[in-house]
Amino acid sequence: MAKYLFLKHYRGAPASVNDVPMDQWTPDEVQAHIQYMNDFAKRLQQNGEYVDSQALTPEGAWVRSDGDGKPPVTDGPFAETKDLIAGWMIIDVDSYERAVELAGELSAAPGAGGKPIHEWLEVRSFLTAGPKFTD
Amino acid sequence: MAADAVDDAQLRDLIPGVLAALVHRGADFATAEDAVQEALIRAVETWPNQHPDDPKGWLITTAWRRFLDLTRSDVARHRREQEVFDEPPPGPTEAADDTLQLYFLCAHPSLTSASAVALTLRAVGGLTTRQIAQAYLVPETTMAQRISRAKRTVSDVRLDRPGDLRTVLRTLYLVFNEGYSGDVDLAAEAIRLTRQLAATTDDVEVSGLLALFLLHHARRVARQRADGSLVPLAEQDRSLWRRDLIAEGVAILQAALARDRLGEYQAQAAIAALHADAQSADETDWVQIVEWYDELVALTDSPIVRLNRAVAVGEADGPRAGLAALSELDPTLPRYTASVAYLHERAGEIVTAAELYAEAATQAQNLAERDHLTLKAATLRHWG
Repeated sequence: MAKYLFLKHYRGAPASVNDVPMDQWTPDEVQAHIQYMNDFAKRLQQNGEYVDSQALTPEGAWVRSDGDGKPPVTDGPFAETKDLIAGWMIIDVDSYERAVELAGELSAAPGAGGKPIHEWLEVRSFLTAGPKFTD
Repeated sequence: MAADAVDDAQLRDLIPGVLAALVHRGADFATAEDAVQEALIRAVETWPNQHPDDPKGWLITTAWRRFLDLTRSDVARHRREQEVFDEPPPGPTEAADDTLQLYFLCAHPSLTSASAVALTLRAVGGLTTRQIAQAYLVPETTMAQRISRAKRTVSDVRLDRPGDLRTVLRTLYLVFNEGYSGDVDLAAEAIRLTRQLAATTDDVEVSGLLALFLLHHARRVARQRADGSLVPLAEQDRSLWRRDLIAEGVAILQAALARDRLGEYQAQAAIAALHADAQSADETDWVQIVEWYDELVALTDSPIVRLNRAVAVGEADGPRAGLAALSELDPTLPRYTASVAYLHERAGEIVTAAELYAEAATQAQNLAERDHLTLKAATLRHWG
């Protein structure tokens, strides 16, 4: 078993096939999209392949230490940031092939006109804590 | 009177026999398994105050009652319930064969490896769903679904047919491989389950696997520092190796090898035994280790085995020979770059080795290995 992260980008990913921004969809199209995502997560839970999923606000700040005794320095948000993470899903599956299959399904969530978005999702694998045993 | 804690491993040793007894009486596997889990919980609660004279009999009786409750409460199963009640009373028999059948069922080829691992740990190992979920770092609900799906998948499998021992061994190997995670020591659990399996079957590869686990487990304390960082074999404090486990592993392996039916687990165990046998890293018999790798290549034709063989050749015949052997392999193999780095270091080519270690760190599949490789690169760059 291996864990994979599906990263959904607000910006920074190559353009989707059905590339209409969500705020231009009809309410029904938005509803259908949300339903698809919920059903997908529920199905993975029932499969025993689901770990976690979260969505993020578009805005964030940069934070760094400014030395002992001083409060951290914050900066941003930077609207021009090239890449922006919208959210993620973590799955626990038998193979990389299975992870790719599921990411493909997630990418086909319906968008404008009820047609699949075919958006690009980033698939990353987790580093495990310790080594497997080998001699 | 102070309550005695229940010996968890001893209690769980009884599980396969208890579950087999219920199935023997006509209970369906999935419900019986739930009933046995609940009986276990009852045992942990009540035994400290009132320990039964016959623990296994107590568990069978309690689990059977619980099974009847579960079946009664399920209206849809009414008909089946009647059939169960009509079953003849249980005989005294549920022998080693039944335990073996449970191993087969839980590692049935129709299950994915992850499902086989989860079902084996619960139904044969007696671990709770929560413990298994924690060990594999997934939510408990996910693991519960994985287990109940696995039960459904095998619900029509007949228990009186011979199963496939290879998938059982593969499943135990995966459990051992996971090591220590959460509050469950999966390596120790794999050893316990493999011992139990070895007691029910006469297969030499079961012995090979048990020997391999024991020999590897013997080095565990020496293999990681307290902070979790890796200690390479050559740098391990060999006085920390568990001599009792090594002696047991070697004895089991020798008995298996004497039967002259070599398999991959015996060959892996033989390599582990040669490492265990060396008083210091310098005294390691690398020539024999390479010979065992040749056997393993013939048995498995695995690219990973070829990679490990190449590193062993580097120790036996010098780093140049090792690098030559590596050059014939696919450079995208896991640990390929780390192995090339190591052999260059052995050859005294420190600058090249440092660069390769840094590159290997970016390809590592786990944190401990990545940290180790990053540290190697930094050490060679700063102190040569």
